[in-house]
Amino acid sequence: MSTSPLIDIDEIIERYPGKPEFLIFLLQDIQAAYNYISREALELVCDHTGVPFSTAYATATFYQSFSLKPKGEHNLRVCLGTACHLKGAPRIVEDLERRLGIKAGETTDDLQFTLETVNCLGACALAPVMVADEEYVPGATSKKVEKLVKDLAAS
Amino acid sequence: MAQITNREIQQAGRLDSAEAFMALRERILAASDPNRTEIIVCHGTGCLANGSVKVAEALQAAVKAADLDIKVTGCHGFCSRGPLVVVRPSGLFYQRVKPADAEDILQSVLEGGQPVERLLYHDPNTDQALPQEKDIPFYSHQMRIVLRNIGKIDPTDIGDTIAHGGYLALAKALYQMSPEQVVAEVERSGLRGRGGAGFPTGRKWKSALAAIKKKGYPAYVVVNGDEGDPGAFMDRTIMEGDPHAVLEGLILGAYALGAHQGFMYVRAEYPVAIKHLNIAMEQARALGLLGQNILGSGFDFDVQINRGAGAFVCGESTALFTSIEGRAGEPKPKYVRSVEEGLWGRPTVLNNVETWANVPQIIEKGGEWYAGLGVPHSTGTKVFSLVGKVNNVGLVEVPMGTPLASIVEDLGGGVPGGAPFKAVQTGGPSGGCLPYDMREVPVDFDSLTRAGSMMGSGGMIVMDKRDCVVDVARYFLRFLEEESCGKCIPCRLGLTRMREILDGFSQGIGSEKDIDDLVSLAAAIQDGALCALGGSAPNPVLTTLQYFKDEYLAHIKDKRCPAGVCKDLISYSIDPDKCTGCMTCARQCPQKAIAGEKKKPHVINQELCIRCGICMESCKFGAVNVA
Ligand SMILES: Cc1cc2nc3c(=O)[nH]c(=O)nc-3n(C[C@H](O)[C@H](O)[C@H](O)COP(=O)(O)O)c2cc1C
Ligand code: SF4
Ligand code: FES
Ligand code: FES
Repeated sequence: MSTSPLIDIDEIIERYPGKPEFLIFLLQDIQAAYNYISREALELVCDHTGVPFSTAYATATFYQSFSLKPKGEHNLRVCLGTACHLKGAPRIVEDLERRLGIKAGETTDDLQFTLETVNCLGACALAPVMVADEEYVPGATSKKVEKLVKDLAAS
Repeated sequence: MAQITNREIQQAGRLDSAEAFMALRERILAASDPNRTEIIVCHGTGCLANGSVKVAEALQAAVKAADLDIKVTGCHGFCSRGPLVVVRPSGLFYQRVKPADAEDILQSVLEGGQPVERLLYHDPNTDQALPQEKDIPFYSHQMRIVLRNIGKIDPTDIGDTIAHGGYLALAKALYQMSPEQVVAEVERSGLRGRGGAGFPTGRKWKSALAAIKKKGYPAYVVVNGDEGDPGAFMDRTIMEGDPHAVLEGLILGAYALGAHQGFMYVRAEYPVAIKHLNIAMEQARALGLLGQNILGSGFDFDVQINRGAGAFVCGESTALFTSIEGRAGEPKPKYVRSVEEGLWGRPTVLNNVETWANVPQIIEKGGEWYAGLGVPHSTGTKVFSLVGKVNNVGLVEVPMGTPLASIVEDLGGGVPGGAPFKAVQTGGPSGGCLPYDMREVPVDFDSLTRAGSMMGSGGMIVMDKRDCVVDVARYFLRFLEEESCGKCIPCRLGLTRMREILDGFSQGIGSEKDIDDLVSLAAAIQDGALCALGGSAPNPVLTTLQYFKDEYLAHIKDKRCPAGVCKDLISYSIDPDKCTGCMTCARQCPQKAIAGEKKKPHVINQELCIRCGICMESCKFGAVNVA
């Protein structure tokens, strides 16, 4: 993941005018920079945009892109779109759940892996597909998944 | 293509008249040699995932001094054969190309070269090589209107776009047509919205005009690029592969409606689409095709991109507006239509990506031309994402009214293995499943609705005998249950209850009364839900019940999943005659449930087996059976 904890939160906040309509833009940029949205960051966003904290919190929890908890160093996203579902994607998710000892949507205790599911990555011809960090894994199988987790854990 | 570089084009500065635009276009065309060889490398998502960047790099390195160009484009549609390389103008088509093939490809395009046989497409039935793109059935049965330039142009090069006809319609409309004439032309075309509901676009624009007149403030125009149907990538391909077409369509709509501000709402998972749209906007602004005083006509218009944040319901119009306004995207009751009160309470026209991308050609060639394509009440073409159990997985564009069988069999090459398809699911989570018996149904808005399914946004999922309709219905229900915003009770609780009943069926628990309950629950949800997410959610269940009731009964009466999918009703076994004792499955089984000696048939211990199916997936000899 190319996250840079060096980005200053104030620098992000200043990217947009202090208006409520830029709430989602700010949350997206913060999520991209830090991989999650901390309470402090959310409060700063509220001060800047004038959005009440409760509204900002409701918005941040409504959208799946935002996470209020830190995510793992490696992000595994398995496609559960229709094409992938028919070609065995649930098997891939279950396989990863067993290997990592977490459920989809969770992060391992050592903050190494986050396992997520998405709906269609636009590469349906290569179903089942997953994305490890930014890398696509076409035609995912148990065997590929095994190697992938091993390689990422060692990296 | 464009031998004038992007930088030189940008130096032209903001063009201040249609003549200045036409002069630039002439310059671009004059500077480019139509006979110059281009080697095109597909950089759509599918080909990228298959390594097309390395292919392009290898070709680039091999080209050295040769007098030809390497160009990267958006998705060509035939993703299952990627990475694709196409040579233009000759039309030579190479599939499954690897970096190591670069030298041979280069040799083949130089004077007197022969096509590289091993990279050609072979007809699966006759095994005859088809070197030309235009002869391959996947392409020859298509009619590419919206996709016409995708796979030909470099989407990040406005010069290339202009050389291929981009912005001709805008120049024409601004100087030769009144806004009302633009609306009338769209109405004449018969174009209906490609985002799902199929509402006539011209009529929508006309009522917006009336609302603007009544209220006195200008309208907003909005692109719906949220593409929520899981398993469909039409809009993504258009935004990535020909972003200027969407932008030009939107500018034309803005001109027609007198809007000065537009928005593009693009799904979070589509970073490349966002990047290409941003580049397109920047380039269009630099040339005076966007911004203040467009082409010197006095018309001002600009666009902002909003990234979605991962919520299916935000594709719904009122939720989408709320999301653009910066809040949680929950639908609102539609007492007033959004053409009257949309974004920030102003008249707003929202159209789907593909709808907008059709507009420039309608303006350029005329509504009458467009109305002549397709069938009377569904004019033009439609892009489909043809996926699932079909040989040629990919993106296709066909005239409206093309029979279902023709799409699946002629273009799609049928089901792998040659058996007839079992069903085709159209319309995504709001759509339905049509059985093989209905294969002659013309694929247009009204015929699909009559058959119990719907057009939706263009997802087309082919299922074979190994796919379970109960499982598919359950899949869509679970998807919608998760995506329901929870605002209204019929949708929030009703979908959960329906899913619970189907969960039971998949475990062999249930009765015919439960089927009746499902149907009455479905009716209550259809009636009571606030937005179309809930309103159409029961469709997959209802159509599968209509056409595949026996399969439901097999689950609850015989405790059997005929397709071999529902875990609680199946078991895996190894065919001793086919098993070679290679031990692959035994190594892969997470339960260590498979025993056997090397080179001797293996056996699965049913007590330990969790029916994950990994053994079947890993067996190279097809020795694992499911029943
Ligand atoms: C739950 C829900 C999700 C929708 N998702 C999309 C979508 O992803 N893209 C889209 O263009 N339309 C979507 N629609 C349809 C839009 O509400 C709207 O009808 C459409 O964008 C209008 O454009 P059109 O007339 O060009 O089709 C969705 C509708 C509902 C109810
Ligand atoms: S029908 Fe469902 S998604 Fe639509 S408003 Fe009601 S709860 Fe929300
Ligand atoms: S369904 Fe998985 S990539 Fe489209
Ligand atoms: S991504 Fe290359 S053909 Fe679709």
